[in-house]
Amino acid sequence: MIGYTKDHEYARIDGDVATIGITDFAQSQLGDIVFVDLPPPGKRIEKGKELAVVESVKAASDVFSPLTGDVVEVNAALGGAPSLVNEDPLGQGWLVKLRLSPSAETGELMDEPAYAALVANA
Amino acid sequence: MLDRPTRPGPQDSAPPPPTFSGHDGLDHEEPLLFEIGRLDASGVDFDSPEPFEDRLGGLARTAPIGLPGLSEPEAVRHYVRLSRKNYSIDAGIFPLGSCTMKHNPRLNEKMARLPGFADIHPLQPQTTVQGALAAMQELSDWLTTLTGAAAVALPPKAGAHGELCGLMAIKTALRARGEAETRKIVLIPQSAHGTNPASAALLGFEARALSAGEDGVVSVEAVRAAAGPDTAAIMLTNPNTCGLFERDIAAIAEVVHAAGGYVYCDGANFNAIAGLARPGDFGVDAMHLNLHKTFSTPHGGGGPGAGPVVLSERLAPFAPVPFLRRGTDGALRLVEQPEGQSFGRLSAFHGQMGMFVRALTYMLSHGGDGLTQASRDAVLSANYLRASLRDVMSQPFGDRICMHEVLFDDAFLKDTGVTTLDFAKAMIDEGYHPMTVYFPLVAHGAMLIEPTESESKASLDAFVATLRALCKAASDGETGRFTQAPRRAPRRRLDETLAARKPVLRWSADSSQSR
Amino acid sequence: MRYHPLAEADRAEMLDAIGAAHIEELFAAAGDALLKKPLDLPCGRSEMAVERHMSALAARNTPASSVPFFLGAGAYRHHVPASVDHLIQRSEFMTSYTPYQPEIAQGTLQYLFEFQTQVALLTGMEVANASMYDGSTATVEAVLMAHRVTKRRKAVLSGALHPHYAEAVRTLSTLAGDDVISLAPDVSGQEDLIGAIDAETSCVVAQTPDVFGNLRDLRGLAQACHDNGALLVVVVTEIVSLGLVTSPGEMGADIVVCEGQSLGNGLNFGGPYVGLFATRAEFVRQAPGRLAGQTVDADGRRAFTLTLSTREQHIRRDKATSNICTNSGLCALAFSIHLTLLGETGLRRLAGVNHAGAVALAKELAQIDGVEVLNSVFFNEFTLRVPGDAAVLVETLAAHGVMAGVPVSRLLPGAGLDDLLLVACTETVTPQDRAAFVDALEGAL
Repeated sequence: MIGYTKDHEYARIDGDVATIGITDFAQSQLGDIVFVDLPPPGKRIEKGKELAVVESVKAASDVFSPLTGDVVEVNAALGGAPSLVNEDPLGQGWLVKLRLSPSAETGELMDEPAYAALVANA
Repeated sequence: MLDRPTRPGPQDSAPPPPTFSGHDGLDHEEPLLFEIGRLDASGVDFDSPEPFEDRLGGLARTAPIGLPGLSEPEAVRHYVRLSRKNYSIDAGIFPLGSCTMKHNPRLNEKMARLPGFADIHPLQPQTTVQGALAAMQELSDWLTTLTGAAAVALPPKAGAHGELCGLMAIKTALRARGEAETRKIVLIPQSAHGTNPASAALLGFEARALSAGEDGVVSVEAVRAAAGPDTAAIMLTNPNTCGLFERDIAAIAEVVHAAGGYVYCDGANFNAIAGLARPGDFGVDAMHLNLHKTFSTPHGGGGPGAGPVVLSERLAPFAPVPFLRRGTDGALRLVEQPEGQSFGRLSAFHGQMGMFVRALTYMLSHGGDGLTQASRDAVLSANYLRASLRDVMSQPFGDRICMHEVLFDDAFLKDTGVTTLDFAKAMIDEGYHPMTVYFPLVAHGAMLIEPTESESKASLDAFVATLRALCKAASDGETGRFTQAPRRAPRRRLDETLAARKPVLRWSADSSQSR
Repeated sequence: MRYHPLAEADRAEMLDAIGAAHIEELFAAAGDALLKKPLDLPCGRSEMAVERHMSALAARNTPASSVPFFLGAGAYRHHVPASVDHLIQRSEFMTSYTPYQPEIAQGTLQYLFEFQTQVALLTGMEVANASMYDGSTATVEAVLMAHRVTKRRKAVLSGALHPHYAEAVRTLSTLAGDDVISLAPDVSGQEDLIGAIDAETSCVVAQTPDVFGNLRDLRGLAQACHDNGALLVVVVTEIVSLGLVTSPGEMGADIVVCEGQSLGNGLNFGGPYVGLFATRAEFVRQAPGRLAGQTVDADGRRAFTLTLSTREQHIRRDKATSNICTNSGLCALAFSIHLTLLGETGLRRLAGVNHAGAVALAKELAQIDGVEVLNSVFFNEFTLRVPGDAAVLVETLAAHGVMAGVPVSRLLPGAGLDDLLLVACTETVTPQDRAAFVDALEGAL
């Protein structure tokens, strides 16, 4: 399943691993992404805390984690090709994979129609 | 003889063909030093050293460094050609808001180069530099008189460094009261310059944003609601970065003092009020002055600056070293070791003496009357621009009297397909450096214009006429003029994404450098 | 008011256009803050009168060029070629601004790119920034950067780091709540910095040539730092030394900070100077200060622009790597022009002349009874032990027309080093100057 937050992050959940990134709307607002600052594997991130920083030329945007979990993998491809976040944010432009904690807050995510409505009104 | 005509013949209207050289008339392309210099070339000559046995302990360099050299004629040509690619105040109005790009008097440069100022070492015996210390004392007296302050710390090397100095004094004062662990919040308006929260963060403070009211200034109520036992200080800019006088500043200072905090004032905009109002009178505890803004020292393409900080009675005891003291014998001395509650030393030596000499020369040339006139003319000019543009450009807080700078936003460009950035780039083609854009953050697509007192009325009128024409072109749908700009500068718009994605921060021998 | 173009008639017309009757109306928002009468300040004076006043102040100082001159300790008297000062006074360099509009600032951006390259080459590092205020504040920034990179907050400072630099680091660290271990003043160059490293150390800060003049081989220290996950910060206060001496980069430094004043910039009583900052490419996003980078424009032509700006205060605000806003612009340009005029061979020759003169002077001074040169290895500055108080001796020699050097007690009072004198000898010192020093010193003892 895939869920969204009002801060324009998504979490694609497969078992107890969530693949997290920013949405197409978010990347379009940021402009050309030039660098992504990713957390070290093993780090525990609480919901709502800073997960990554996405930088464009003129801005640096904090990405907050939609769920609580431990970092199992980060997208190493972004080092050489940060543009993947612009080109394919929900696919090859993913940021971080978290192993979710048992109490992870998956129920609090928005579903696709709710998120689409949020973006339409933005 | 008809083979040498003395007036132009028939002209064709075709665009000129590209040149063979790559140059464009008087505008020359200039390669990198590393592409034209040679390791064995030099433009300086010395007598060879006398034969000697080295005492380098085996630490002599063996490999070449890779530094190219040029003869003097080649070096002069290289740097002259580079210089011609820069806009400058000497060439045209530089209307950058909050930068105060006023004329840089040449007398300043002459005085700074007197050997008695330029050729003295900071650690010479103090008896041999009494003139320098006297100049520093005179400058200090001017600064404390202009600001109504009790003391001034001369060492900070730039405005941001001054902010750090002021906050260090505040933190030291809090420690002396035993309150440094409980008072960690610094209140900062959202319109503040980025150096304000950055300076606070360096010292472990937490920057808490204050919003301005609908009228662009910070209200006493907002401060009253935010100030409390966890407040270390408030950092205000006055006039603020929207060009407006913070009219509640005295009341705000009282609220902050009553809550146990200190008042820091960012003095970047002092050019609006120098000689007309004193920050000490409205409760400011620390304020940095930018000698390279208000006091005419040159911007030099990005530096050097100087940022002395004036201090209230409350904070004066915590001032850093070195500071000046007059002995019983009348001689001036620099006190270099911390005494009493001084927070210590900020940096090596005594401060930016070269800028002190320039600023003092400027102050003596103007006098109190001249500085006051400068502030009046600066505010007059900014309001003249406002009055001349208010019907074609939009102001985020409505049309009201501004101080030395006027703030517009991009509402007037709505539906034109032209952004603030495009508008700025079109100004370049018109021969003007753009105003400050996208700052302060509180205005959408902000355009902050500060003319200073150095512009003639003719210069202001020409500037206005051009901006009006650009506004009309935008609303007439001539988007290409803007989106394709600049076309008449040494370079067109740059790919800043590439520069950030694949940073190339130096020349290297193995890279293929394309022209 | 010779700098104000507006005439009274202009002012009247402008007020009219604004719709104000008097200039005071424009200051109404200031309310009670507005002064009711002018401040007690002198009136403006003519150019001639100001020149007379400032010249009189300047005349009360003893310029280095007027006497045999041997002061160093972080600021050095060198010969600056005549063309440097002419070039930096070109309008387009002196009266331009930070290159935020790169299309009309390619001059500034290109020279900064060249400067960054020169600094990287000199220091033996991969990347350098567009300059800091000076060597001491660059050192403070280096310590902060080491904290960010290692995620530790304890710095170890050599006892031979310039005391002003060490004090600047301690001041910020104390107020920011970070730890600093400062080793005791080390005249011999034998201090055990390696022994001071532990698992909480973020960096060791060592200077070479150090404040007492000793040249240091830092390779062992670099290894020890890296074995412990710490960074080595190397400080160089006499940049000319790098014309002759192994670079800090070759010795394993992670961050190199220098005072660039020796090239292009005169003594100026302590400022403005120019801080050099260089580091490894992998750390560049943690580095403070401006960076000029290469790119292309819309026509595909090579161009330069400020880049990696998201580190800086105007974007990242309280999360910035530093609060620095200005660099040292014109001083960096002067440095770069001087180094361009020198070139590789010129710099080597300049460094050679410096070292040779210092070696000769040390030999001559060592022959005076009661005087001892303490250093075995040095570049152009060494420490002299004299009988009695070095500061008193310096005053005596100054009265006899020789500026003999910096007494260590000026930098480290109360450290029991009152009989030590720091003596520098650059290419501006002639054999006659050296003889005058020897004579004056012999006469005073």
